[in-house]
Amino acid sequence: MSANYRDIMADGIWRQNTGLVVLLGLCPLLAVSNTVINALGLGLATLLVLVVTNTAVSLSRPMLRPEVRIPAYVLIIASAVTVVELLMRAWTHDLYQTLGIFIPLIVTNCAIIGRAEAFAARNRPLPALADGFAVGLGFTIALLALGAVRELAGYGTLLRDAELLFGPVAAGWQITVAPVDWEFLLAILPPGAFIALGCLVAARNWFDARRQAAADQAKLDMQPATEPS
Amino acid sequence: MTDASNNPRHPVARNAIALGVIALLGTALLAWVNSATKPRIAEQERRQLLDQLEQVVPADRFNNAMHEDFILVSDTLAFPGGQQAQVFRARQQGVPAAVAMKFYAIDGYNGRIDLIVGILADGQVSGVRVLQHRETPGLGDGIELRRSDWILSFNGRSLDNTAAEDWTVQRDGGDFDQFTGATITPRAVVRAVHRALEYFEENQEALFSRPSEFAASEEAER
Repeated sequence: MSANYRDIMADGIWRQNTGLVVLLGLCPLLAVSNTVINALGLGLATLLVLVVTNTAVSLSRPMLRPEVRIPAYVLIIASAVTVVELLMRAWTHDLYQTLGIFIPLIVTNCAIIGRAEAFAARNRPLPALADGFAVGLGFTIALLALGAVRELAGYGTLLRDAELLFGPVAAGWQITVAPVDWEFLLAILPPGAFIALGCLVAARNWFDARRQAAADQAKLDMQPATEPS
Repeated sequence: MTDASNNPRHPVARNAIALGVIALLGTALLAWVNSATKPRIAEQERRQLLDQLEQVVPADRFNNAMHEDFILVSDTLAFPGGQQAQVFRARQQGVPAAVAMKFYAIDGYNGRIDLIVGILADGQVSGVRVLQHRETPGLGDGIELRRSDWILSFNGRSLDNTAAEDWTVQRDGGDFDQFTGATITPRAVVRAVHRALEYFEENQEALFSRPSEFAASEEAER
């Protein structure tokens, strides 16, 4: 059973990462990844929604027939997103306003209904919850990586506007890397998001390919050299 | 629910009941979260509004509940685009002290630029802030205070000390700086502030005497 959960985590975070492998939910991924804090805010909101919807979908399995499952998922997802939206308006009001339309638009993130259909509808509540967490975490990590690359290139900083998410205590958290007044527009504007995402996907694939090659090599070394090559 | 599969009821009825139950649960959850967060959301919005008002009208200038003392006005010339400007009235011991107007300029480089403009009773600008905009980052966003202090160049301006033809950017022969690579954005802001000032001068008395619409808006929320 524990291996099962390990697989769920590995799939969600690395092997089937929503942002970098499956490439679902690109609209919010590209739109609000211009700073680390925006990325983290949307990532956490999506994570929370995924955990709730996956669990709820899994719990509703016994009463749902296949013909009505999609409308039921839409109802569940829309309710969960609205709850998250209300909570953000109440507790992180400024961040809510920065992220604006992209919080309600989590409803349309196909990664969420995708997980409901592909995993939660076929598994018991606990694994479904774990899957929601893993996929949400993977999405958050992808968003964070993209946000860090774009904020570094675009503004030369990290964690700017941290007070939007963490309150006044975070006002001094900004890390300035580049000289003052550094600004690289391309990275902040939408084209920069596509370019940075492309680079991240390439980096991930390169890393995987290298690991695969190393594993193959190790297998070859283990085998006696009797087989013809 | 688990024995529902053995139930001989018609599948359509079963489906309808299942969807109904989910809708009901979802609605109940939403209603509960909504009522639980409502006071806090209202408080956050009030705090944000107060924050905006005090940025453009110094807090020592008034002692009324300025955020609750507002009227809605429309004027096709001063506030184009079919908008309703929100005018908050600041009073010191009941005497008109200043207004803060919330409205938007429609002619930014990328659409609306939401502004709040503070005007003292003597016609002087006490502060201008950009509340929201979609101007180009790095070019047009110099209108934000956190990017540059350009927006402070309005402080102390009035129709008396700045002639009508000077109420534009320097490229058009006016008094206000433009930004490198961006003229349209600051031009839109300067002209919008100018129109608001003219509107204030023409309507000052009416602006202060009309009854507040706060009570009406509270009523409507309920």
